[in-house]
Amino acid sequence: MLRDITLGQYYQTESVIHRLDPRVKLLGTVLFFVTLFCFKNPVGYAVAIVFLAVVIFLSRVPFLYMIRGMKTIVVLMLITVILNLFVTQGDPVFSYWKITITKQGIVQAATIALRISLLIIGSSIMTLTTTPNHLTDGMEKGLRFLRVIKVPVHEIAMMMSIALRFIPILLEETDKIMKAQLARGADLESGNLFKRIKAMVPILVPLFISAFRRANDLANAMEARCYRGGDGRTKMKPLKYHTRDAVAYIILFVYTVGSIFVGRLWIFNIF
Amino acid sequence: MEIVRAKDVVYEYIRRDDEGNIVGITKAVDHVNLGINKGDFVAILGHNGSGKSTLAKHFNAIFLPEEGTVWVDGMDTSDEEHLWDIRQSAGMVFQNPDNQIIAQVVEEDVGFGPENIGVPTEEIWKRVEESLKAVGMYEFRKYSPNKLSGGQKQRISIAGVLAMKPKCIVLDEPTAMLDPKGRKEVLEAVHELNKKEGVTVILITHYMEEVIDADKVFVMDGGQVVMQGTPKQVFSLVDELKELRLDVPQVTLLAYELKKRGINLPDGILTTEELVQNLRGI
Amino acid sequence: MSLIVDHISYTYDAKSGIPVVGLDDVSLVIPDGQFIGVIGHTGSGKSTLMQHLNGLLKATSGTIYYNGEDIYEKGFDLKKLRSKVGLVFQYPEHQLFAETVFADVCYGPTNLGLSKKECELRAYDALKKVGFPDDLIFTSPFELSGGQKRRAAIAGVLAMKPEILILDEPTAGLDPKGRDEILGQIKKLRQEENITVILVSHSMDDVAEYVDRIVVLNHGKVFLDNTPGEVFKCYRELEEIGLSAPQVTYIMHALSESGLKVNPEVTTISEAADEIAAALKRC
Repeated sequence: MLRDITLGQYYQTESVIHRLDPRVKLLGTVLFFVTLFCFKNPVGYAVAIVFLAVVIFLSRVPFLYMIRGMKTIVVLMLITVILNLFVTQGDPVFSYWKITITKQGIVQAATIALRISLLIIGSSIMTLTTTPNHLTDGMEKGLRFLRVIKVPVHEIAMMMSIALRFIPILLEETDKIMKAQLARGADLESGNLFKRIKAMVPILVPLFISAFRRANDLANAMEARCYRGGDGRTKMKPLKYHTRDAVAYIILFVYTVGSIFVGRLWIFNIF
Repeated sequence: MEIVRAKDVVYEYIRRDDEGNIVGITKAVDHVNLGINKGDFVAILGHNGSGKSTLAKHFNAIFLPEEGTVWVDGMDTSDEEHLWDIRQSAGMVFQNPDNQIIAQVVEEDVGFGPENIGVPTEEIWKRVEESLKAVGMYEFRKYSPNKLSGGQKQRISIAGVLAMKPKCIVLDEPTAMLDPKGRKEVLEAVHELNKKEGVTVILITHYMEEVIDADKVFVMDGGQVVMQGTPKQVFSLVDELKELRLDVPQVTLLAYELKKRGINLPDGILTTEELVQNLRGI
Repeated sequence: MSLIVDHISYTYDAKSGIPVVGLDDVSLVIPDGQFIGVIGHTGSGKSTLMQHLNGLLKATSGTIYYNGEDIYEKGFDLKKLRSKVGLVFQYPEHQLFAETVFADVCYGPTNLGLSKKECELRAYDALKKVGFPDDLIFTSPFELSGGQKRRAAIAGVLAMKPEILILDEPTAGLDPKGRDEILGQIKKLRQEENITVILVSHSMDDVAEYVDRIVVLNHGKVFLDNTPGEVFKCYRELEEIGLSAPQVTYIMHALSESGLKVNPEVTTISEAADEIAAALKRC
């Protein structure tokens, strides 16, 4: 039951986007986000949508697969949109009883809906086309400059990659512990909130103890294999830039500058 | 030539209560002296809590002796300067197959050790390939460790140690959590390494069947080495082993029972063929 | 009191979305008071089957009858079934959670809604029955040795007064003496309480000396279901599916093939020794 989390999980296929260096994809995602917040007119958004559509097409990840895992977020989005629609003050377009919908409200709600969907789809493109390993590698190398201000980039990346390895193991373990307590007559499903939280104790205690034991074992195993932090380490799969990455950077640059320019051009400003 | 030597090694666990007062001291390792020859297959037997795992962790400098000295390949493990050389010379495989695999892809995990000691990229690939082939796991190199059986995971861990080109490999109850099939797989892989690559093997275990083919057996109890010798010598002492919460292989036990019934058999019979031959001779 | 497993099959969706067969048309009758060994290697479906017996998993097809009642029928009290069919999982670490061993053993009976006094009586009684030492009853379960943890875990299930006690790999990770002690304790428990015990294991050596019936599972199917002697007769078939008979079986067969007139069906060391000694005297 716990294993059905599919949001943004890696989608295995061959495509240009899959082959890109993770650093390109990381920077690309960040730049895409930045552009979304710079636009002042709908043309900018149109450019962004076209750009994203092209990337999705190139990535060969089926669009339906991409949005399938977004159901829970849709609810959140709807709430924000409705709130904006009703709360924003301005020129009334429609009025009934105490509810007034304004022109500004409609524009605001539409903008936010558009922005959130673009943000989510944009970031899921990255996780769908990059293996977790690659992603952490990319972060480690791409964010290396942060070491200057004492951010332990290597350690953070290592922690992320270990966490990713142990999540399925701990989920399976949770399942086993739940079954062991159910076999002792545990009731996890009825009663009020307080009762249910209390019923979780016999599951959480063994889970935490096991997690600590695993962490301890793992630390020993890593030390035994001469792990001593990021200094002096070589890489089995070092990240190397290829021509396609250079091309991607140029395209990114053109998109960023172009879309912001168009998106802030006063002649398109119809809001 | 000795690869590992322990001299008067003592290691204590100190138990404290909530206020930090010492409530008890357990001598996990109590004045142990032993030497292990290069290229040998050595087994350390003992019941749970006999101190065998604590001793094993000294061979890799995870634990340092409180008294006495441990030398690995001529280097004193207390000498911090040689810490990484020691850990590279004496690789270690642990009990729980899940808690020692770091990467999410088999080949990357095998490459983890060489990465840590700064082996150049191309050489890492070569070593990963060789090591995976040596344990018969090469075709699984692109798999996620979560998709493998316990025995396969342990073989990956062995390959991970092997890729660091150790002289000696210490296996701390590597089969305790495996089923009989996995146990057999791991043992075969370890014997193969010992024979083909000439790697010294130190196997910590409480499964008697795994010890039969060893060159030398040390038996531990209460933190001390209480018996040592060839498997034949050690398994001749059925009553003594039972007192140490241990056992003997079933064939040996049957031969022992037959002797009790007045049948004339030699001590320390280890295989079915041996027993049948001896019985037919009567 | 009996449990009838009637043609159950169980398939589950693996991550890939391809259905995997866990159990394939399994039928078993578990009568009162038997000592049953369930053998199979990892992935043979033995754990899956056990989780069906107490209703933790629901069969995709087929059904299970507890005292003639269909356990999948609407309104059937699964919680009660779980107290009558006690399942102890392989690792005690998965169930021990309370501050003291005693409180932990009380968890099961408390869930049954019994009075505090009744729970405590049952807990103490259960700890006695598994041979748990009195002076450790109020220590933390996390400080125990492997063998004592196992005992505490078994007591935790026993305190619910089950009619069937299922033990999944109760000897995993224990040393030889610890293994013999636990198995001996289970044997004693069965004789004194006259409950049905199902011992799940991947090792024939473990169960051969204790059980009076062996069920061998392979690929989710019942491969053999008979007395130990009859099952070990098929040692060649067992090997084909990656299992093996106890070493005694091999020795006895080797001896009988070499011309010594012994009965190869004995299963324990002492029986074998008697048999060989007698045969040698006849020569």
